[in-house]
Amino acid sequence: MRRPLSRLSDALVLLWLVATLTFLLVRLAPGDPTTMLVAPDASAEVIGRQRVAFGLDGSLPAQYGRWLGAVLRGDLGMSLSRAQPVRTVIAEALPYSLWLGGMSLAGSVLFGVLVGGWQARRAGSRTDVTLTVLGTVVYAAPHFWLALGLVVLATTGASVLGLPAWARLPAFGAATPALELSGWAAFSDLLRHSVLPLLVLTLTGAAGIARYARASLAEAWGAPHVTTAVARGIAPSDVQRRYVLRNALAPIVVLVGLSLPGVVAGSVFVEQVFAWPGLGRTMLGAIASRDYPVVLGLTLLYAAVVISANLAADLVLLRLDPRRRT
Amino acid sequence: MGAAAETSPVLPALAAPTRVSRRRVDKRLVAGATILGLLAIGAVIGPWLTPGDPIGIGDVMQTRLLSPFSRSVDGSLHLLGTDAFGRDVLGRLLLAARLSIGVGVAGSLLAAALGVMVGAVGAWAGGWVDRVLLALGDTLLAVPRLVLLLVIAALWGPGLPTVVTVLALTGWMGVARLVRAEVLGVRALPYVEAARALGVAPTRLLLRHVLPNALGSATVAVTLGVGSAIVLESGLSFLGLGIQPPSPSWGNMIAGGRDWLLTAPWIALAPGVALVLTVVGSTLIGDAIGAARGQSVKPPR
Repeated sequence: MRRPLSRLSDALVLLWLVATLTFLLVRLAPGDPTTMLVAPDASAEVIGRQRVAFGLDGSLPAQYGRWLGAVLRGDLGMSLSRAQPVRTVIAEALPYSLWLGGMSLAGSVLFGVLVGGWQARRAGSRTDVTLTVLGTVVYAAPHFWLALGLVVLATTGASVLGLPAWARLPAFGAATPALELSGWAAFSDLLRHSVLPLLVLTLTGAAGIARYARASLAEAWGAPHVTTAVARGIAPSDVQRRYVLRNALAPIVVLVGLSLPGVVAGSVFVEQVFAWPGLGRTMLGAIASRDYPVVLGLTLLYAAVVISANLAADLVLLRLDPRRRT
Repeated sequence: MGAAAETSPVLPALAAPTRVSRRRVDKRLVAGATILGLLAIGAVIGPWLTPGDPIGIGDVMQTRLLSPFSRSVDGSLHLLGTDAFGRDVLGRLLLAARLSIGVGVAGSLLAAALGVMVGAVGAWAGGWVDRVLLALGDTLLAVPRLVLLLVIAALWGPGLPTVVTVLALTGWMGVARLVRAEVLGVRALPYVEAARALGVAPTRLLLRHVLPNALGSATVAVTLGVGSAIVLESGLSFLGLGIQPPSPSWGNMIAGGRDWLLTAPWIALAPGVALVLTVVGSTLIGDAIGAARGQSVKPPR
């Protein structure tokens, strides 16, 4: 593996390649964004002015050069559907997605590694098999379907069971509308709205991580040096900490890095079903209204997240595993 | 991957039969094959056995929103009930199985073919060809697959051909990486050098001698890829960017049942269960193949 600095420059080159690819994908798609934005009877002059306003005039390479230059200066352009800079549109939705993504990733890793590690020590037992089957089923269930199921449970389910008002969870949005809350009340309102989306994301995320954590930990338990350590009478908890976890951690770190795209993109469905005002819902809205600058900006952001997660995973691996430092 | 390193890439063909016959057949393989087999049989013959037209809309007021196991006025039994347009849910479910499984299999097979081609060409050609192909793969891997699918499907017009194409275009990178690594490994083996010394042409050497030994790990990836392709298709169709109604797909059936969640939950429940079963089935088969090849931990006994 190469030096951290060259990995960083690789990451920047990769980001540029993604930018170029997305630009081509969007610009080569059939249909002209300008004709969709002006009145049907607009004169050629008006269309021309709009082209200039949207940066759609000139040859494709010229447009690409202008767009890339603007992006490098941190200017993602104006949203076509919401007279606002793309940066503002993204900045409004970002905190909501970071909150959901961060909480569910932390929960997934915690529960996934705990369950997977617990299974690995009992590999082959009945509980292990049961948990594996359960995990496979949860992992297989599409997010949007689980989310719809939870909506039913939280609404009709709660009223059939006659749950008191405080135990009923809201299934839509991130805040109770028409309530001006602040401080602790606002936070607890956000928490209540987060329970259902987090449940879907954390359950499926944990099921995926547990699957791999179990495999990697079971392999670590089977290594000869672990057998030796056990035979020498070292306490199992010490063996786990000093000999097993350290070796099994590397694949888990890689997995967390690799599961980030899933966390980021998986929330598209969850945000859609629960009407969560995050990036995923913004993306779907932008796609539906053909808001090209927002689509481009969000895709770049997603790619930046994925690339930096991979980079971080690589750097953590370098620290964890001295054998990779060559 | 201790077990994978111990088995030489040349040996499995000889060793495999004895291993299979001595060990019990992997339960996961049996379970997965049973699930997928039953679904496939249902998909082929089901739509002829279920009552009514699964696509067209008949006498809506007489037959709409019947609950599971109930009979409609003409006496035909609706095992999974009917939807808001009075169509038999089971019939639509099984018709959708044709499309959903078909799209998943076609998409991931095309992706696999593309991946094998890119991986083999890159490893075999080396130099700038390899670097360009690697960069292209890395670029596509840097964007979440769902985002790519959404953008392409939405901008280039939703529909069956688009879905299959984008599934293929966004799914080949993993296979390409595996095949590239294996081709590089196999290429260094003595028998390849021997074949080259005997005067086998490069293309023939790649196709006949190297590739067959380099495809093993890709088969697992493809088997697991079918499941994720089916889920992605259902997601696109759920959002209205995949298979368009009235053609049924599990995803757009769930979307259609969304408005009736409280009064007729079976409309959205049934296709979801079918989706879960399909993905579990393909995961089980993928795991079993992986375990047999020593690619993951030993199966629980």
